[in-house]
Amino acid sequence: MVGPTGPKVGPSEPRVGTSEEPRRLLEGSAAIGEAMIGAGCRFFAGYPMTPFTEVLEHMARRLPEVGGVCMNAESELEAVGMAWGAAATGTPAATGSTGQGLSLMQESLAEITLARLPLVVLNMARAQGDYWQATRGGGHGDYRHIVLAPVDVAEAVELTYLAFGLAAEWRNPVLLFGDYYLAHTARSVVTPRIDRSTSPAPDWALTGSSGGTGAAKLLSFLGSAKQRDDVGYDLSVHYAACAEHTARMLECVTPIVDTGFTEDAEVVVIAFGTPGAYVRAAVRSLREHGVAAGWVRPVTLVPFPARQIAEAVGNARVVAVYENNTGQMVDDVRLAVLGSVRVEFIGGLSLDSSGFGIAPDLDVDVIRRRILSVADISMELQS
Amino acid sequence: MNEPRNVQFVSTDSPPKTSARLVDDFTPTLVDVGAHNLCPGCGEPIAIRSVMEAIEELRLEQKTISIFGIGCYTAFSNNLDIEVLQALHGRAPSVATGVKRARPETTVVTIQGDGDMVNEGLQELLHSAARGENITCVMLNNGVFGETGGHMTATTVIGQRTKTSLAGRDPVAHGRPILLADLVARLDGTAYVARCAVNSAGNVAKTKKVLLRAIDTQREEAGFSLVEILTMCPTGWFVETNEAPDYLSDNLAAVHAGGVLKDVRKGIGGIS
Repeated sequence: MVGPTGPKVGPSEPRVGTSEEPRRLLEGSAAIGEAMIGAGCRFFAGYPMTPFTEVLEHMARRLPEVGGVCMNAESELEAVGMAWGAAATGTPAATGSTGQGLSLMQESLAEITLARLPLVVLNMARAQGDYWQATRGGGHGDYRHIVLAPVDVAEAVELTYLAFGLAAEWRNPVLLFGDYYLAHTARSVVTPRIDRSTSPAPDWALTGSSGGTGAAKLLSFLGSAKQRDDVGYDLSVHYAACAEHTARMLECVTPIVDTGFTEDAEVVVIAFGTPGAYVRAAVRSLREHGVAAGWVRPVTLVPFPARQIAEAVGNARVVAVYENNTGQMVDDVRLAVLGSVRVEFIGGLSLDSSGFGIAPDLDVDVIRRRILSVADISMELQS
Repeated sequence: MNEPRNVQFVSTDSPPKTSARLVDDFTPTLVDVGAHNLCPGCGEPIAIRSVMEAIEELRLEQKTISIFGIGCYTAFSNNLDIEVLQALHGRAPSVATGVKRARPETTVVTIQGDGDMVNEGLQELLHSAARGENITCVMLNNGVFGETGGHMTATTVIGQRTKTSLAGRDPVAHGRPILLADLVARLDGTAYVARCAVNSAGNVAKTKKVLLRAIDTQREEAGFSLVEILTMCPTGWFVETNEAPDYLSDNLAAVHAGGVLKDVRKGIGGIS
């Protein structure tokens, strides 16, 4: 039996002053908020919507205390617009929402990407029906966001630091895909403060000071530099440059996975986010019953860990995909294995009457039975 | 104006019948290239030039971030010697809010059209004004979507023919125009609101004056300022180029009346 290997998640830059930070018991929303502040976020804008609301509450209270700004935007359209403006000044900025609110933001998120601006976007989703929205872009045009999906509060803190690092490194929005459980479960975490007080604004950032020199800066989704003629921008040139940048980003960002028991697994179960924790418990339990099961949990949804999945299912008879939707990531898994093994969807909608994504379906015993069923194994399970 | 007129559609792919006469080269320093591809007789280049002159006169060129909306005027985001942040259609006031809150030391000016500010982005503009954001929003109001070829906007006046109101804007079918400056002047958060036009030399001079006052309002941290500039759009109005200035006075300005509607530093306007 091969034991689980944890994901290789870590901050993208050295942390300063880590030793003095106390370990604190924080609810997920507050932990993400503190991690954002620790990562240097000094501008946040949002509009309340469950289960995103508590992050906004936390930032409204905490950002002014550290010299930052939190805006109670009049709509999600304005929240993302405000974050766009702040990001353009080189200020580490973030916004977020859930489902419908993120749908409202998509026009701006698409164009912020084509304007090459760093931004962290919290997607505190209701269940997992927004996988396609998050990973396919959701808006118009040809662009991609990096998407990170933490399994729990501790990993969410780590990925929040990573999100700000990747956003700055690639000048591209990074989405953190959370949910109701992540927002409302409490964990003991450390949120060290990265000291950015001496770091200068990036050279592309607008400060107002480059005017009147003949080289005034431009930040636009129409072009990367002023043409200074009577013709203007050539979108074909700009879009080609953006496409090249996106391709390089997708190639260079290392996909992160959490795998367990895959080397000899006959059935490999794939899940992301909160359901990943339930799948891990189900697989561990099946291992105790002698079933050769394993798991792969994509931590980066974009770039999708296709190669890692293909390797992990080398000995599998069947691959089972568990998601709390009607089957979205299963498409990416099928693309990853390219027909080499049968891929079955074993998930389902998991919504209570509120629609917030609280789980009748998300149950370790239910998942165990579906894994056995899809692998054609019949046995009596003890709970 | 209520009677539909028999409008002659004129070609704008040739120069105006009356040729232009160069009086002097008034290209301000902050305009990199004086040439542009906008239609003959367009008022937007004059309005943009006035904004640039005001920034230059106040010596704010090394403190200013301009936020451009989407319209014909977006072409100028390409050749001005001040920093430019391009916003989506309608979203400039929110983007400007983010810039100003993140860098309060900068002078932030949005440049938007009537389609951008009053149709697509009315909510953003009203909330930014009500919050009293210390920014200056400039609206180039020609009463049509010029870039798409002359379609009805929220500021199109009653009776005005556009491609989407062929028999003239009708209050029952199309609703009545929004008089933006009047609306914004009534909001407590606003410090300076003025409406002007660029259809005559005298009006261009007044436009410059109100722009100077609006940007100075921001410099003095007095609150939100709005300058609505009526601009000619002979192409979108389907009139001869040299008739456009008078058409502006007779139609657009007859409804969207010029003047300083509010200047809190002088005790003018607002809710009494």
